[in-house]
Amino acid sequence: MRQTRFALAALVAATLVAAPRDAAAQAAGQAQQIQQQIDQLRREFNDRLGALEAQLAAMQGGQPAPSPPAQPPAAPPTTTVDVPPGAAGAGGPSGPLPVYGAATAGSKIFNPDMAVIGDFLGAAGRNRVDPQPALEMHESETSFQAIVDPYARADFFVSFGQEGVELEEGFLTLTALPGGFLTKVGKLRAAFGKVNTLHNHVLPWTDRPLVTRNLVGGEEGIDDAGISVSRLIPAGTLFLEATGEVYRGDSAESLFRSSTRGDLAYVAHLRGYHDITESTNVDLGASYSYGHNPSGIVGGVDLGRFTTNLFGVDATLRWRPLTRAIYHQFVGRSEVIWSDREQFEGRQRSMGYYVSGDYQFARRWWVGGRYDRSERAEDASLFDRGGSAILTYWPSEFSQVRGQYRHTRYADAPDANELLFQFQFSIGAHGAHPF
Amino acid sequence: MRIFTLLLALVLALPIGAFAQAKLNVVTTTEDLGALAREIGGDKVTVAALAKGYQDPHFVDPKPSFILAVSRADALIVVGRELEIGWLPPLLTSSRNSRIQQSGKGYLDASSNVRILEIPTGQITRAMGDVHPLGNPHYWLEPGNGRRIAQSIRDKFSELSPGNAAYFAQRYGDFDTRLAAAEKRWDAAMAPYKGTKIVTYHRSWPNFMERFGLEVMGYVEPKPGIPPSPSHTIELIDEMKRQGAKLIVVEPYFDLKTPQSIATQVGGKVLVLAPSVGGTKEATDYIQLFEYDVNQLAASLKQITGK
Repeated sequence: MRQTRFALAALVAATLVAAPRDAAAQAAGQAQQIQQQIDQLRREFNDRLGALEAQLAAMQGGQPAPSPPAQPPAAPPTTTVDVPPGAAGAGGPSGPLPVYGAATAGSKIFNPDMAVIGDFLGAAGRNRVDPQPALEMHESETSFQAIVDPYARADFFVSFGQEGVELEEGFLTLTALPGGFLTKVGKLRAAFGKVNTLHNHVLPWTDRPLVTRNLVGGEEGIDDAGISVSRLIPAGTLFLEATGEVYRGDSAESLFRSSTRGDLAYVAHLRGYHDITESTNVDLGASYSYGHNPSGIVGGVDLGRFTTNLFGVDATLRWRPLTRAIYHQFVGRSEVIWSDREQFEGRQRSMGYYVSGDYQFARRWWVGGRYDRSERAEDASLFDRGGSAILTYWPSEFSQVRGQYRHTRYADAPDANELLFQFQFSIGAHGAHPF
Repeated sequence: MRIFTLLLALVLALPIGAFAQAKLNVVTTTEDLGALAREIGGDKVTVAALAKGYQDPHFVDPKPSFILAVSRADALIVVGRELEIGWLPPLLTSSRNSRIQQSGKGYLDASSNVRILEIPTGQITRAMGDVHPLGNPHYWLEPGNGRRIAQSIRDKFSELSPGNAAYFAQRYGDFDTRLAAAEKRWDAAMAPYKGTKIVTYHRSWPNFMERFGLEVMGYVEPKPGIPPSPSHTIELIDEMKRQGAKLIVVEPYFDLKTPQSIATQVGGKVLVLAPSVGGTKEATDYIQLFEYDVNQLAASLKQITGK
């Protein structure tokens, strides 16, 4: 008896000494535990209730019973049926069985995110070098995007254009490789500069700059089957990313053409990005590309074995004040590209660039301008230049209307003054905002 | 060609950015989740939030600096319900971090056990504006949901760092107690105004207004994500006059011109509230966020209703 009392006293003392501070926390912990139990019971009750209601509704064959308001989002009720009479006791399943193929099932849920973006172009004025039709459904880009498995995702962009259907991009991205490598395999727009990586619908213009047309294969650009590996380079707060890509060697009409399996094309890109302030940032890049060009091909045989080296630097300055991000922003961008192309007539070293600025001055309005100047890849003595003024209106995030006045001074043709206009519209899954 | 090989070799030779740290490196998409992660994680975690509290969480640029942050994260906590659909997927893809992919152990969708309002039923189309098919994603603006998010965070942290489970549980208990005490205060402050009709700019406040008994009778936006139109504004003014609504609550990232002109027409008032931690400099953590919003709201309602 005395021993018991002593032990009790010791216990009480120990508790008092050891955990006076924890008492409150303990009480709170217990309260929390009880709360959890209540929550758990409530959830179970709701699930069971939902299941019973669904069962009742199924029996009545009518509308599902109205669920009580203000219910936490319980898991969708699972419909069940009883094991058919006679089946029980034969070693088969017992108790209620879930009904598959009910409203919650179906393989549809694994369908990829789909979207279609329409790009309608119109042109007025005269252009002898690059005549566009007066009206055209320039492109309908369909995208299918989904996660493949825990290690990869896949993205397909199929473009239905005036000339037919083309796989613009279709690639697998391995997101879980060790060593910090981001690997893409498939048909890709190469990481050469900025414009080459962008799909038509995210460009701030209705067209692509002259330098793209003259030196980097035009609208198609460097877009080929290949493998891309990129990695972040540790550099403190600076974002530094290096990308290396290997392609089959067939891009655009005039750019790269492979005659043998060994005629691969290569792209390397280094990107640096830095936040100057929370609303201003700078994005710099350097690019290199190499491949066999088609100028040495005579009668289907690559006699010349000529190659092209492309070098590029790009710079983007963005300003977007965070508290007014949906009303105002500015993007200034420039790319300079050098082409070093071997030909029968000798080596052609050409250079071209564009400088552009786009300013969002109201929630739905953008104004922009672009200056272009580029020599021709095949003949560096010829150069074209031009300027554009652009006005864009966004009724919503999913559509836009754009007008562009473009003046082009061609080296070997009369000047072109054109008014281009564009309607773009997107249906389906919400795509990521371009950056 | 030779340049290319050289570059490739250089890149391959660089050390991997391994970030083995004692502290759990947590990245959250918003400052609210960041604040709750700090409540639970204390000094056992470092927390970085991507979007600022004063910016529209629907329209955040997926900046490469965010890729850097996400690439080093042990845990990523997202609001979910498609709030971040325009900017989070490219960050995840470029993060090169399997821990915080959706299949990873470090990924936490904070909406998994909270109470979601305005889940659309039946066919939805974009004719309804930028609707969220999985329900209203502004669910953190209700203390009960805050508590549930904190529970999810506690469980996730305990799973990632089992040695600190007791610490996280104790921090949660402490937060829970402080929140419960604060809730009593807020309820008392808002009690006189139960049933008062108000207007908000965007549908950011259903959980908040329901919790504190205010009735949202209209929106400055004609449809979610669609900027105000003259015809809708006129209708709204008439409706506000008819129903006697005088207060217009606006998020800090919207233009005040239309709300101001509506307020002038109906003889009411525009009130900018913080929809997120960091939305105003007073809203330094989750409890302070409500402290600020409730005090502002009660003061304005007092002025308007005279109660």
